[in-house]
Amino acid sequence: MQVNDSKNFEPVIAAFCCNWCSYAGADLSGTNRLSYPTNVKIIRVPCSCRVNPMFILRAFQRGADGVIICGCHPGDCHYTSGNYFTRRRITLLYSMLDFLGIERNRTRLEWVSAAEGAKFASVMEQFTEDVRKLGPNRRLEDLRCRKK
Amino acid sequence: MNRIGVFVCHCGTNIASTVDVKAVAEALSHERGVVISQDYQYMCSESGQNLVKNAIKEHNLTGVVICSCSPRMHENTFRKACSEAGLNPYLVEIANIREQCSWIHKDITTATEKAVILGRTAIAKVTLNTPLTSMESPVVKRALVIGGGIAGIQSALDIAEAGFEVDIVEKEPTIGGKMAQIDKTFPTLDCAACILTPKMVEASQNENINIYSFSEVSDVKGFVGNFTVKIKRKARYVDETKCTGCGLCTEKCPMKKVPNEFNAGLDNRTAIYIPFAQAVPKIATIDPNYCMMLKNGKCGVCSKVCTAGAVDYKQKDEFIEKKYGAIVVATGYNPISPEKFDEYAYSQCPDVVTSLELERLMNAAGPNGGTLLRPSDKKHPEKIVFIQCVGSRCDDDRGKPYCSKICCMYTAKHAMLIREKYPDTEVYVFYIDVRTPGKNFDEFYRRAVEQYNVHYIKGMVGKVTPKANGKIEVQGSDMLADEQLRIDADLVVLAMAIEPDKSARPLATMLTTQMDTNDFFTEAHPKLRPVESATAGIFLSGVCQGPKDIPETVAQASAAAAKAIGLLCKNSITCNPCVAHSDELMCNGCSACEKVCPYGAITYENKEFRMPDRTVAVRRVASVNPAVCQGCGACTVACPSGAMDLNGFSNSQIMAEVDAICK
Repeated sequence: MQVNDSKNFEPVIAAFCCNWCSYAGADLSGTNRLSYPTNVKIIRVPCSCRVNPMFILRAFQRGADGVIICGCHPGDCHYTSGNYFTRRRITLLYSMLDFLGIERNRTRLEWVSAAEGAKFASVMEQFTEDVRKLGPNRRLEDLRCRKK
Repeated sequence: MNRIGVFVCHCGTNIASTVDVKAVAEALSHERGVVISQDYQYMCSESGQNLVKNAIKEHNLTGVVICSCSPRMHENTFRKACSEAGLNPYLVEIANIREQCSWIHKDITTATEKAVILGRTAIAKVTLNTPLTSMESPVVKRALVIGGGIAGIQSALDIAEAGFEVDIVEKEPTIGGKMAQIDKTFPTLDCAACILTPKMVEASQNENINIYSFSEVSDVKGFVGNFTVKIKRKARYVDETKCTGCGLCTEKCPMKKVPNEFNAGLDNRTAIYIPFAQAVPKIATIDPNYCMMLKNGKCGVCSKVCTAGAVDYKQKDEFIEKKYGAIVVATGYNPISPEKFDEYAYSQCPDVVTSLELERLMNAAGPNGGTLLRPSDKKHPEKIVFIQCVGSRCDDDRGKPYCSKICCMYTAKHAMLIREKYPDTEVYVFYIDVRTPGKNFDEFYRRAVEQYNVHYIKGMVGKVTPKANGKIEVQGSDMLADEQLRIDADLVVLAMAIEPDKSARPLATMLTTQMDTNDFFTEAHPKLRPVESATAGIFLSGVCQGPKDIPETVAQASAAAAKAIGLLCKNSITCNPCVAHSDELMCNGCSACEKVCPYGAITYENKEFRMPDRTVAVRRVASVNPAVCQGCGACTVACPSGAMDLNGFSNSQIMAEVDAICK
C-alpha cells in the first residue's frame, strides 16, 4: 500500500485521457515500452470535454494528489471543438482552485496526440515528479474517505 | 444484485512477465459483486472467449471485466463474445493492464498493485453499466461527389458502375477541372484531353450520374448514411434544358473583352461563353459581371440569335435539397498567385508566365493554336528559363512549406516538349532538388537531361529583370559550379506552388471534417485510412487531401469510391449507443447543452408534465437525437442541472472510477 508520510510519499495520480488522441498516445508509449511511474492511473473518456470539473474536485476529495487531463491538440479534436471547451473549463477551474488554496501544479491540462507516445511518458514522468515535490494533498482531502 | 466475472489475461508473457496475474485474479475475487475471477493464457483466443461465454451462462453474470490489452485492441472481440453468450455487449469493461501497465513497468510488485487498482476501477465502472442497444440507421443509397475534376469524375464513375446514383457538384460551368487545361501528361506524353474528355462524356452519359455544373454546396446536415445537402445552383441565365450548345450566341456576343479563365487569362472570351469545345455539359453561361444586358439592360443579342430560346436574363439562383448516404470530397487545387514574388517580375513582364499559362500557350486548343509564341510580341522564344519551387518549400509566409510534388515532373515534360518541337531553343531549369519518385519518373527526367540536353542548374534565381530590348535578364547562382549566372532569356516560366481550392475550408466546416494548417483535408489515418476523413461517411479524393499527380489522384479517387460503395451497400448502419440523453424531469430548458453541441444533435421541445398537485405543466426540455449525437459529452458538463448524461461514460460511472483509483 502507498504510504503517505513525507519520506516515502507516493502520489496518487488520476489521468483523464480522451479516447481518440491521448488514450491512444498512452497505448503507444506502452507499445514502445516507454516507462512512466506506476502512480499514474488512466481513466478513459470519449473526449477531454467529458471531464466535468466536478470529477477533478472529487478526485482531490477522495485523496488524489494530482489530476491530469489529456486531450487532442487544439484543432485536432475528434469532435471538432471539444478540447476548446476543456481549455476554457480548466482555466476557470484554476481560478477556483487558487481560491481554495490548492496548488496549481496539482492539476494539469496537456495535449497529447495519438502519435506522441514519448510525450505521454515524459509528461507523466514530469507531472509525477512535480506532484511528488508538492507533497500529499491535504487541503481538499476528505478525511472520512481516507483509507485506514 | 451484481454478479461480475473477472478474467485476467496472461497475454503469453506480455502481461504475465511483469504482473502476477494469479495474484491479480485472487485480489479481484474479493471485490464486491465478483462471483468468479479467473486467469488464462490468451483471453482473446477461441478457448479464452469460450471461458468467458461459459462463465456468463454458468454464473448468470451481469457484468464482465477483462484485464488484458487496450480496449482499442480487443474491446469489440469481447463485446461480441459476450453478446453471443446472451449478455448485453455494453456490460463489458476492459482493464488495460498491458499497454498501460505490464509494458511500461518493470517492478513486479508495483505493477501487480497497479493492475489490481486498474481491475478494481473497471469493476467499479461495470457495476454501474447499463445494457445499451445500438440503433440502426438507414443508408440513403446515393452519393455526392463535390468537385468535377478528374478525381471527382473517377470517383463518380466508379460509384455509378457499382449501381448507385451519384451527383457531381461542380462550381465551374463544366466538369474537367485542371486536367482539362493541361496539354500533355507525364511520363508518357499522351494528350490530357484525349484521355480526359472521353471520361467526361462517359460521366455525362452514365444514367446513374447526375451533374450539377455551375453549382455549389451551401449547407450540409445529417450524418453518415443520411446527409441532407443543400446545393446552390447559380444562375447561368441560360435554360439548361433548352440550350443545345450550338455556340451561335458566343459568336454574336458583342462583349468580346472578357479574360478567358480557361486559357489562364492569355486571351479573351465573350460574356456568354462555353468554356471550351469539349465542355460537359456543353451549355452556354452568361457572365453577369460583363454582360451588357444584365448590367445595363441594353443588348439582348444572344437571346435574339438563340434559336432554342434558351437565354433567360431573369434566371435566379436556385437551391435544391437532396439526401445522400456518402460524400466524396474532390475539391482539388489552384496554383498560388505569383504576384507576391516581386523578384520574378511576373506583374511587370508578360513574358514571365506560370507553368499553367505555358501549358495553355503550348496547347493546340490554346490561344496560339499550339505554336509556342511569347505573349508580348508573338515571337518564337529562343531561350527559355524555368524556375522551380516558386512558393513551394518556402519558409516565409509568401509561399507554402510543403513540396508541391508535381512541378519537377511537369517542368521536365515542358522542357522535353519544347526541345522536341523547337530543337533550336535553349532550355534552362533552375532547381533546388529534382524529385522524381514514381514509376518511370526518373527515367523521364534523365531523358530530358541526357537525350534532350536540357540545362539543369542547381541553384536559385535571385532576380528577373525585363530589359528594354525585350529580353529578360535572369540572375541566378549555379551552386555546383559555384558561380553567378546571367541568362538573357526570351521567356521565363515559374513553377508555382499549388494550394487547396479556396472553397475547401468553408466546406470542411460544413462537413465537420478536419484540415491541416495548409487547408488540406486530414485523412482518418495517414497510413491505414488514407481516403477516409475522420468524420464517418466523408471520403477524400485527389489533391484536396495533399499534392499528387494524375495517376495518384485517379488511384485515390477509385479508393474513395470503393470505400463509399462499401458504405452504400449496407442497408443500415449501426450507430454508437454511447450517446447523450437528457433527464426530462431535471432539465430546465436553459439551452446550454444545445450551444456546445458540435453536431446540432440537441433540440428543444415543449412537453407536458404532470405536477404533484395534479395540474399539467408545459415545460421546455432538451431532447437528443441519438442518430446525430456522436457521444463527445460536451453537453454533460455544460448542463447546470445535471440532467444531461452520457451512456457508457455516465457521471456516476466516471465518479466510481475516480473513487476506485483514489482509494
